[in-house]
Amino acid sequence: MSKVNALLQGTLNWVDERFPLTANWKAHLSEYYAPKNFNFWYFFGSLAMLVLVIQIVTGIFLTMHYKPDASLNASGVPVAFASVEYIMRDVTWGWLIRYMHSTGASAFFLVVYLHMFRGLLYGSYRKPRELIWLFGIGIFLCLMGEAFFGYLLPWGQMSFWGAQVIVNLFSAIPVIGPDLSIWLRGDYVVGDATLNRFFAFHVIAMPLVLLGLVGAHIIALHEVGSNNPDGVEIKKKKDANGVPLDGIPFHPYYTVKDIVGVIVFLMAFSVVVFFMPEGGGYFLEYNNFVPADPLVTPPHIAPVWYFTPYYSLLRAVTYPLLGIEAKFWGVVAMGAGTLIFAFLPWLDRSPVKSIRYRGTMTKVLLAIWIVGFFILGFLGTKDPAYKFFGAIPGAPVAQILSVYYFLFFLTMPIWSSLDRCQPEPDRVTMK
Amino acid sequence: MSCDDNVDCGRRRLLVATAAVGGVAGVAAAVPFVASMLPSERAKAAGAPVEVDISKLAPGQMMTVEWRGKPVWIINRTKEMLDAMTKIGDQLADPKSSKNMQPEYAKNDTRSIKPEILVAVGICTHLGCSPTEKFKTGAESGVDPNWPGGFICPCHGSTFDLAGRVYKSKPAPDNLEVPPHMYLGETKLVIGEDKKA
Repeated sequence: MSKVNALLQGTLNWVDERFPLTANWKAHLSEYYAPKNFNFWYFFGSLAMLVLVIQIVTGIFLTMHYKPDASLNASGVPVAFASVEYIMRDVTWGWLIRYMHSTGASAFFLVVYLHMFRGLLYGSYRKPRELIWLFGIGIFLCLMGEAFFGYLLPWGQMSFWGAQVIVNLFSAIPVIGPDLSIWLRGDYVVGDATLNRFFAFHVIAMPLVLLGLVGAHIIALHEVGSNNPDGVEIKKKKDANGVPLDGIPFHPYYTVKDIVGVIVFLMAFSVVVFFMPEGGGYFLEYNNFVPADPLVTPPHIAPVWYFTPYYSLLRAVTYPLLGIEAKFWGVVAMGAGTLIFAFLPWLDRSPVKSIRYRGTMTKVLLAIWIVGFFILGFLGTKDPAYKFFGAIPGAPVAQILSVYYFLFFLTMPIWSSLDRCQPEPDRVTMK
Repeated sequence: MSCDDNVDCGRRRLLVATAAVGGVAGVAAAVPFVASMLPSERAKAAGAPVEVDISKLAPGQMMTVEWRGKPVWIINRTKEMLDAMTKIGDQLADPKSSKNMQPEYAKNDTRSIKPEILVAVGICTHLGCSPTEKFKTGAESGVDPNWPGGFICPCHGSTFDLAGRVYKSKPAPDNLEVPPHMYLGETKLVIGEDKKA
């Protein structure tokens, strides 16, 4: 046995002299000290990594069978649409790989939204973690791009008309808009050129950027250290060896904890993949089982659930302003609604980070914002004339909630500094 | 840039000049890649005019043909439809078609060459969905009890009348586009071309 150990140790030494393997292992795992009081909300970062791996692996195998081609085959069906049906019906285990990929898209957004909400709860974006947050916003935007480009690929009715609407958003930009949208499509309408370039963006351009940003997100995190539910810095109290008193090594403590999260997540993920891959029309929309038809818009079109809150913001703007048409301002509202998160580190002026020590005002305003976000998301799945209980029209509700959506952020410097906070503890607490 | 004792200004200038020239070369190298995403020559050539026979289009009916990949509607409007259109001018954003969304010869009350035949691109001027026909009037349409017939966009709820004119306070900013078109005979229509034959 000792000979084997010596051989392994020798190999490791050989590697370490040429590549910092042990040093990296220590820096990022065995001697990366994370606060000991992580709770439920701290599962979602590692789960996001898991879903990223699922998406990349299933994606690689899908590209082996998928064809980005909008021309019609001998039976008059678009080749791209037919190749997805081929994956579902004729490729061995193809249905499983595709359902894992389509469910993975929704799971990715679910996990990332919960991960971002954790940041909101515990002030994880505050100094010195502003760059972690900004890289995270970059990841979120990349993910939206990935989802959008990927959704065109099955070349169904929702794919086609969704892309048509979103690409036309760019045509609302004054002066350069119309030419910009032609450049994005590569044609005067969404067509074969559009499908091919979206495929290129989906399978190579965006994933490369995404991986780079995920790397930067984690490097920045490991530089400053993790926040925690109390929002206090564990690096302020260290023992004689320079180890934070409230820190525990990431490996084995949090690797083991995260495995529990992975198992529970995979249980839920499997239920969706095997028993409800369409997710009631929210994960895979029914209209997308019809091949793209450039002449007929389906009677009801809506984006997939993870885009609907922003879609509601887009629709909420119906008045022209400063001599520019409403369409442009709708696009601005939608863009601002996603980008405004990036300003949180500078909008939040509270003396404490965590919701645990913040006052009632913060809790109430945040709760209203979250409820509003859900209602905006719900209305985004409905057609514009939707009425709650058949009586209360949805459109003005969406407009009021859209105003609140932005006011919450824009007035944050005022209310976050006025709020009555409790004092933060010196050390983390174990609740 | 300040030149103090520790900086060799000659080398620094060379460095800046090299970076500037290299930067220009880098930007120039991006041009072919950016331009490759423009519509190809084949895509540009695909926009040929379309000939349509409208002899079988009965009054009150509509047909859709494809021109440059877009749906083009041809609607044979009845007398009642045309009459109803004249009463809703105050509800429309641009009742006189003053914005340049149609050729000169279609800049009239019916937005057409022949009063009853409307030719319009069936693409909403908001974000490019194709509006749905709602020709039934009143409550039966499911739109509004006073609905005089027209189109409603399923995406964001813009409404248009039977001349493709957009209603006020809707997301769509403009009337539907009337494409260049002309008649070759009583019932033969060419879409995409309007030169005098």
